Amino acid sequence: MTEFLQQLLNGLSLGAIYALIALGYTMVYGVLRFINFAHSDVFMVGAFIGYFAGQHLPHDSVLGGIVALAAAMAGCAVLGILIERVVYRPLRGGPTLNVLITAIGMSLFLEYTGQLVFGATPRPFPSIIPARMISVHGLVISMNQLIVIIVAVLLMVALELAVYRTKIGTAMRAVALNPRAAQLVGINIDVVISFTFGLGSALAGAGGVLYALNYPSIDPLMGVVPGLKAFVAAVLGGVGNIPGAALGALILGMTETFIDGSRWSTYKDAIAFAILIAILLFRPAGLLGRYTTEKV
Amino acid sequence: MKTAPKPLLALVATVLLAFGVSQVSDRIDPYYLDVMIGVGINVILAVSLNLVNGYTGQFSLGHAGFMSVGAYLSAAVTLLLGPRLLGEEGGSALQQGLLFLAALAMGGCGAALAGLAVGIPSFRLKGDYLALVTLGFGEIIRVIFQNVEALGGALGLNGIPNYTNVFWVYGFAALTVFTVVCLVRSTYGRGFLATQDDEIAAEAVGIDTTRYKIVAFVVGAFFAGVAGGLYGHFKLTITPTGFDFTKSIEIVVMVILGGMGNTPGVILAAILLTVLPEMLRAVEQYRMVLYSLLLIVLMLVRPKGLFNFDFTAVAARLRWKYLAARK
Repeated sequence: MTEFLQQLLNGLSLGAIYALIALGYTMVYGVLRFINFAHSDVFMVGAFIGYFAGQHLPHDSVLGGIVALAAAMAGCAVLGILIERVVYRPLRGGPTLNVLITAIGMSLFLEYTGQLVFGATPRPFPSIIPARMISVHGLVISMNQLIVIIVAVLLMVALELAVYRTKIGTAMRAVALNPRAAQLVGINIDVVISFTFGLGSALAGAGGVLYALNYPSIDPLMGVVPGLKAFVAAVLGGVGNIPGAALGALILGMTETFIDGSRWSTYKDAIAFAILIAILLFRPAGLLGRYTTEKV
Repeated sequence: MKTAPKPLLALVATVLLAFGVSQVSDRIDPYYLDVMIGVGINVILAVSLNLVNGYTGQFSLGHAGFMSVGAYLSAAVTLLLGPRLLGEEGGSALQQGLLFLAALAMGGCGAALAGLAVGIPSFRLKGDYLALVTLGFGEIIRVIFQNVEALGGALGLNGIPNYTNVFWVYGFAALTVFTVVCLVRSTYGRGFLATQDDEIAAEAVGIDTTRYKIVAFVVGAFFAGVAGGLYGHFKLTITPTGFDFTKSIEIVVMVILGGMGNTPGVILAAILLTVLPEMLRAVEQYRMVLYSLLLIVLMLVRPKGLFNFDFTAVAARLRWKYLAARK
């Protein structure tokens, strides 16, 4: 039983990180209908910002952790907005595949520039928050895991409020529903899209720092695998659907953790995709997505 | 008719030329020979993917997965059956050639079966979702190879005999181009284009778009498998990580840069994208940064693909100019 709860907790914290990344994928897909492959590398940049901020901050303090997290979020938001402005905006309205290839190019660019600037060797991540273990009835909860879950939940609540309770959030939903109609009622699409990228990238940046805390070594290619998994999570929940992304991420995080603990652990990566394929075959629009038939 | 006017003639000519070059390959600098073989393998991969992504309008991200099936199967044939059939000495050149051909055919057929398995679900999915399923299949295949001890597990297969040469690579490259071009130009093949143009309209006039999609997947996967076999017997060692998502992306980029559904363009893009990283070796550190920047800039400047122009029209214009100059 204890082991089960332990795994549940591990799965929850992994799922929370996937959720933070998946939200960015899903929001961008919602407004622009394309897979932002560079998103997983924004996540990596977030971890590196946290790393450099962590070096100048007092270790093992809650305040230091918050500052590092905020720095990563702000830095990634700026990066995300910049990428959209410089690279994706000129291609808007063009064929989806071109944007996709550009996104792949951007992803490679960030990865290899990262290798050039930071070097390819993994670096240990500084312990910017107090590392403590809490033991409850034999259940070991690390401070890091707890912080990952708390921060992720707080950020998701904040996102929910931003999307459903603010003016810009309403505009965002309007653009996702129908960009042309949104434009007709006076919504500035450029601002909304920049906002979406900023928001999604900030969440990815936070995810990067939290991921680095739990798996304490970072390198320029660290974003590839979690990014792919997070995207799978977004599709699992129904891409473009914000609660769906969180749900998909939780399911994926849990499943992976439980499989990791079983004798099938070497098949972990394959099973994530197998679930995805199975779900897509029975619910082609994802768990919470709405299936729309094409009209002519 | 837009493409090469006499495909069969071109096929035979290329095969003969490849045979000729392979006879004098001792005199060619091994480095250039390696690059040439790399180019040929990439041409096979890109042209076969173009049938799925370009002509049929599906979006597959799992081509490296099919390639790995072919690579492993054909390597298994030459490694396991080879010594038994040919004896310790390795047999004569002709025997080796026949064995290699059988191995490649096996690899191709295995990959085609995998293509069928991926193609069947495609009738329910489209666009990004299909891309994700193919990506997932590719990754699943990779993880399975990583876990099967008989195939070397994560270490991969080693000591594959060195059978690949210019003749085999360019022979199969020519065969791939021939098959794809003839298939698409045939009456039957119009269905691929119809599926790509407008799936709903195609269905409305009675075209079985599902069948076309599956055929495209199977044929594309077959040649990817053959390319995998050639790759294995060229690198002499294969590991599951060599066929990951990045490899699939590399092939997709060739197709898109060349212009979707434009075989000559895709061939040129495959050549360019294989030779370019080699040329950038002088600036090794910045190689991949430059490559990615180039990709972005090309998409911004030439969104329809680098080589997206009508080749026959250009050829006709050049001929016209030449004739005019002669007068």
